[in-house]
Amino acid sequence: MYPYTLDLIYLVTSVMFIIGIKMLSTPAAATRGNYLSAIAMLVTVGVTLVTSQIVDWVTIWAGVAVGTAIGIVASRMVQMTAMPQMVALYNGFGGLASALVALSEYDRQHAALTPYLTSVILLSLIVGNVTFTGSVVAYAKLQELMPGRPMLFRGQHWINLILLLVTLGGGAYMTAYDPLVWNWFFALGAIALVLGVLVVIPIGGADMPVVIALLNSYSGIAVSFTGFVLNNNVLIIAGSLVGASGIFLTNAMCVAMNRSVWNVLFGGFGQTAPAGAGAAAGPGGDIGAVKAYTIEDAVNVFESAQSVIFVPGYGMAAAQAQHAVRDLADHLQQAGLNVRYAIHPVAGRMPGHMNVLLAEANVPYDLLCDMEQINDDFKNTDVAVVVGANDVVNPAANDDPGSPIYGMPILNVEQTRTVMVLKRSMNPGFAGIENALFLRDNTMMLFGDAKATLTKLAEALKHR
Amino acid sequence: MPSDMLPLYLVGLYVLVLSIFVGYEVISKVPPLLHTPLMSGTNAISGITLVGAVVAAGHSNEVFASVIGFLAVVAGTINVVGGYMVTDRMLRMFKKR
Repeated sequence: MYPYTLDLIYLVTSVMFIIGIKMLSTPAAATRGNYLSAIAMLVTVGVTLVTSQIVDWVTIWAGVAVGTAIGIVASRMVQMTAMPQMVALYNGFGGLASALVALSEYDRQHAALTPYLTSVILLSLIVGNVTFTGSVVAYAKLQELMPGRPMLFRGQHWINLILLLVTLGGGAYMTAYDPLVWNWFFALGAIALVLGVLVVIPIGGADMPVVIALLNSYSGIAVSFTGFVLNNNVLIIAGSLVGASGIFLTNAMCVAMNRSVWNVLFGGFGQTAPAGAGAAAGPGGDIGAVKAYTIEDAVNVFESAQSVIFVPGYGMAAAQAQHAVRDLADHLQQAGLNVRYAIHPVAGRMPGHMNVLLAEANVPYDLLCDMEQINDDFKNTDVAVVVGANDVVNPAANDDPGSPIYGMPILNVEQTRTVMVLKRSMNPGFAGIENALFLRDNTMMLFGDAKATLTKLAEALKHR
Repeated sequence: MPSDMLPLYLVGLYVLVLSIFVGYEVISKVPPLLHTPLMSGTNAISGITLVGAVVAAGHSNEVFASVIGFLAVVAGTINVVGGYMVTDRMLRMFKKR
């Protein structure tokens, strides 16, 4: 083969990855964009296989077979509500693959280790391992295999800082003086595994969108380092695309919560409700009694309404209520009402989570509105139906400077004529803050399981 | 003066920095509507470490190298196959009125 053919093919597949992501800008082209990216992957791996000096094909095909089987089953079986933990787990496998390749290269090129090669192998190992265990913890929290609340202990941040410095300092020392010592290599890898666990356990469930985005970016950075190890530009490019995507989404999530990424990572947010904050129903407001309304009351409101906006939150996912939402929306539309959906950027457990769930329930995507698109329309809308959302509709973010979420952009549901809140109980949301919205005069609380309430509403409307 | 033969790692560094900018530009055009598929789709791309994994698995017949390589191929393949398939599954659900 002509010496540069392989690199030229890699250039073509790199461009295909970029165009593939670009096609995700519209839902119409997105499916084809994903195909393009998958074909680029197949070609890249394929040409690598035929141009490398492979002596052991059996191991490769065995690995591909096992990985494909697991990948197919996992991606078919996973419920849309469980997508955040699925993505967290895939991130983890990406990190693990990078770390294992680093290990393999450390072994394969042992005799030829230069300081440069040692340093990039170690970076690939460390970032890969942190991604791996960090993702596993994120998975366990989202899957509720371990408590979702932040796990904090004294001196936690100092321990993390010391471990990080030990890893970097140890890596620098090993690179400079002891590149051939396996014990160094394993010790650094082990510390990185511990570090991954420790950085994710203090982060609460509601902050998971940020964590998943960040781990996504780490897995990309690990791939880029692997690209330096293998001298392979397509890995460097693909890794930076993923890294950039993770950074972009992390930033978008932080802006949507009006918090810095440092605050998310080190804040231990949602562990306790800060004293006094949110105790009062906003400035000048008394804590009124929450009044529970009946299905009848709600149906009467719908009968005199012309427009409805649904506001889904994590509670909708937890109750698997997306189909019931769609059902109710169908009845309302048949009755001539204008129905839309308002999606807050951090609603749910990962960026875009609510959109996927509603798309699964066959809600057309042109009815799914971003916060900026729809926030000015609440004041002209008759009914807002809040399904399992809490902090993203809490007016304290606008008017209570003492609230931990003060300054966070929220959906202006309180401006609608009537707000229906579907809620299991009066427990505060994940940020542990009271919500004055529930006490407003124009708010109707409908207590109970969201799915059951929605079904009853749809039934009652049918019989009118 | 720039040297006439840039070392490979410096070329790599150029590629890295420039593609981060390209990535950020391209990705900032993706609407929030599709942020979950964006995440799982880019996630699948990070499985490209498979390129390194197949070499790791196939370059020798030693047991240690084969075991590490096998595990790397499994992890990378799960990432690639699972990632693309789940992204496809999600994207197919997005329909217009």
